[in-house]
Amino acid sequence: MMTQGIWPAVLGRFDWHALPFVRAWENPTASEIIGAGAALLVIIGAVVVVVLITRLGKWRYLWSEWLTSLDHKKIGIMYIVLAFVMLSRALIEAVLIRMQQAAAIDNAGFIAPDHFAQLFSTHGSIMIFFMAMPFLVGLINYVMPLQIGSRDVAFPLLNSISLWLTGGAAGLMMVSLVIGEFSTGGWSGYPPYTELAFSPGVGPDYWIWAVTLGSIGSTLTGINFAVTVYKMRCPGMYLMRMPLFVWTSLCTSILMIFAMPALTVATALLALDRYLGFHFFTNDLGGNMMNYANLFWLFGHPEVYILILPAFGVYSEVVSTFSTKQLYGYTSLVLATMAIALLSFTVWVHHFFTMGQNADINAVFGIATMTIGVPTGVKIYDWIWTMFRGQVRFTVPMLYSLAFMMTFVLGGFTGILLAFPPLDYLVHNTLFLVAHFHNMLIPGLLYGMLAGYHYWFPKAFGFRLNEKWGRISFACWVVGFYIAFMPLYVLGAAGVARRTQGMFDPIFRPWFYLAGVGALILVAALGALFVQLWVSIRERDANGVFAGDPWDGRGLEWSTSAPPPEYNYACIPRVHGRDPFFDAKRRDDPYAPPASYDAIELPKSSMTGPMIGVVGAATAFGLVWHMWWLTIIGVLAIIATVIARSFARHVHQIFPPDEVKRTERRWLRAVAEATPTSREVEMTSVNQGVAEVSS
Amino acid sequence: MKVSRGRPLLFAIPLLFVLSGCDVLKLSVMNYAGPIAASQSHLYVIVGIVLVFVAGPVLLLTPLIAWHYRLSNKNSAFRPNWNFSWTLEGFIWIPPIGIVIGLGFVLWHYTHTLDPYRPIASNLPALKVQAVGLDWKWLFIYPDQRIAAVNQLFIPVGRPVHISLTSGTVMQALLIPQLAGQIYAMAGMTTQLNLAASRPGVYRGENTQFNGTGFQNEKFNVIALSPSDYDRWVEHARASAHPLDAAAYAELFRKSSPPQPIVFSSVPQRLFQNILVQSQEPR
Repeated sequence: MMTQGIWPAVLGRFDWHALPFVRAWENPTASEIIGAGAALLVIIGAVVVVVLITRLGKWRYLWSEWLTSLDHKKIGIMYIVLAFVMLSRALIEAVLIRMQQAAAIDNAGFIAPDHFAQLFSTHGSIMIFFMAMPFLVGLINYVMPLQIGSRDVAFPLLNSISLWLTGGAAGLMMVSLVIGEFSTGGWSGYPPYTELAFSPGVGPDYWIWAVTLGSIGSTLTGINFAVTVYKMRCPGMYLMRMPLFVWTSLCTSILMIFAMPALTVATALLALDRYLGFHFFTNDLGGNMMNYANLFWLFGHPEVYILILPAFGVYSEVVSTFSTKQLYGYTSLVLATMAIALLSFTVWVHHFFTMGQNADINAVFGIATMTIGVPTGVKIYDWIWTMFRGQVRFTVPMLYSLAFMMTFVLGGFTGILLAFPPLDYLVHNTLFLVAHFHNMLIPGLLYGMLAGYHYWFPKAFGFRLNEKWGRISFACWVVGFYIAFMPLYVLGAAGVARRTQGMFDPIFRPWFYLAGVGALILVAALGALFVQLWVSIRERDANGVFAGDPWDGRGLEWSTSAPPPEYNYACIPRVHGRDPFFDAKRRDDPYAPPASYDAIELPKSSMTGPMIGVVGAATAFGLVWHMWWLTIIGVLAIIATVIARSFARHVHQIFPPDEVKRTERRWLRAVAEATPTSREVEMTSVNQGVAEVSS
Repeated sequence: MKVSRGRPLLFAIPLLFVLSGCDVLKLSVMNYAGPIAASQSHLYVIVGIVLVFVAGPVLLLTPLIAWHYRLSNKNSAFRPNWNFSWTLEGFIWIPPIGIVIGLGFVLWHYTHTLDPYRPIASNLPALKVQAVGLDWKWLFIYPDQRIAAVNQLFIPVGRPVHISLTSGTVMQALLIPQLAGQIYAMAGMTTQLNLAASRPGVYRGENTQFNGTGFQNEKFNVIALSPSDYDRWVEHARASAHPLDAAAYAELFRKSSPPQPIVFSSVPQRLFQNILVQSQEPR
């Protein structure tokens, strides 16, 4: 019926079998039922959210206060919410992957090969593009403008557009679970496998357009952040006084600006191959997939540092704060960060030492790869010497930092092994490699983001997170990591290829069982994180830190209320050193009110971002399914939105001096009424957000 | 101290696990069976030992310093404004740079000696093998013997083997952990891998690059035989009267994994070159 008349023009290549429910009905295997269950979960989740918001009558609030907001803080929070949602999905996929491998030793297991391939492709794509990226972009969004004493990022509207492009792309990933199927080509989407000749379905198209939307969003974010750091710093915030987190944000932004376009180009060329019969990466007519490998990793390697550098920034802040000590070797850390950023563009070939280039080339890229170890090692020692002669408090963020330092070093160990081309030949494409990059990204990215989440959460929401559940979650993330990934090193050394749906030798069994247990512990870790959030929200009144400085903070971000007012600072601060707020607390009264308040102008909410993101995703959906009408309408709608926005007149809102004064007075009263907290009891309810200053 | 009865069991379980688990490494390069894998294995040990000295200090210092300078320890020094020392700076920059320079020489040397394209020095001429990655199987052609095998690679012990690789489909990667590292096989292009076996045995080989739903089945055995046994196998293969004709060829290009290895008693002339050309022709 759907292949006749007008239907092909309307529905493109959609037919009923694109729905996992239909597939599960016709072929009720465990694999299909899991697929249908996942689709059902997405639908139920969406319905529950919609019903809940409607029941609570929060649509208007959500739309005007959050979805259309241009406030960098709210955009940051929305990014992180997105990251947690996507983390939940991709972690469950990881568990399915592990369970299948544990079950499928000389056995078919319970997930069919095609489904398994979709699982590892979505797991990787989501974790990189829709978990890691939104998390770090969200954290930078929230913290960086506060740290440089700014009221917003340089381009608030662009910020909202970036968020919504990323959100739209993530939405496309979720839709692929319900309608059709996802790519089976892994997160790197290597052609010629992803070309039409070998993967004619919609899967690679979902991957291409989700990644393309996300990468455009990230490029724009990079530009936005870099300009913010260059142009929006408050008086006295010289480059060499910027907090390390701002430095790493800057380096990450620079990497985004230069690396993300390579990805956009790679996916665009692949799209040309698939849609218009080009031959960039095909086997036939002069195409060459080596060009794709180079383009992809020209993005892919800097991407690793895009992910890790912000976490390095978080660790610098956390270690210094919770050691009550100036950061050791600030200049050294800045130089090391810049060196890493530069070197990250010189090592991409190590992702394909096995592609047959000559020994000279492999050796040069191998040595370049080892060289990155030097500045990275320097950073770790800088954090160790920061703790040296300090007063170390083992709060949750600090625990993550310590676990990171020790675990990351092991990843560095195996990283140097992999930098040796002759050693890489043996474990490339095996679970050893999988273990290595998880060993870098879990401590190097996830722990950092979680440390940042715990550290700045009180700033963003005005109350501390529950300490006990934080520790439980921390313990699970660390123990789970070791149990889940150390076995993979052994298996990889024994030659078990990555992305393998089945194994044939019982000798592997104990290691896969162990890794499976580790994966379950990691799920428990995420569960504990959600329990912690729930418990913390319930206990929020007891743990409030409205005064804004729960950790005896050092940077400007601690010198406002928690949460900060929409305008961040009633008066733009003036900075005299590297730890402006910490020093101010010891020198004079950092809470002294100014003589007078001025009116503050901030950008007004705009529906441009949501419009472009949602319509962008719809356009991509039309492209995936060859529903050309939808694509055409989508493109026209985006152009119309941009034109309409350029005619908008009232794009600013004014906070009159009286209102600013009222807000500030309320906060200063809370500061005055709060009992200063000593560091010994900062993890208890005594902490009201004002630090006891000894000297 | 009296050891409780539960104790030995507590130790025995992980110990058993480790012992049984280490069996796995028999499949790895640690149990090498040829000169290339032997060098690679040695290189692992060399680099591993150096890296123990790189990672060790961090693993020791991090917990020690964090614990010693904990807030509740009133006997530790507290210098909140101390933030730099040239001596320490020297210690954290110079030794790592030195190690990287040292390792750089090691890396340069081994990358060249273990270059997969580099012929293995030997009095015997290398055995020529042409490997074609297909969905989801490997075809090994012996151009000089005019025979071929699918998912089975027979080689003589002690004689170098030179493998030329290409792919009849998407990119693949050939890995035989106990003999030599991997190299990609790409359609329309030829890559090379040199290896040799130093003792008879059966070694596992596989494609490690995901290439579709039959990927997990794309395994093969390398069977290293003494030269005389190898010659016997060649004779046996030639006598098997199962030529690689047009029908067999078409069957090879079908997406499937044969349940058993296949031996072809004869192959068409220039088969490998034809596959190379064919994969670049428009579909």
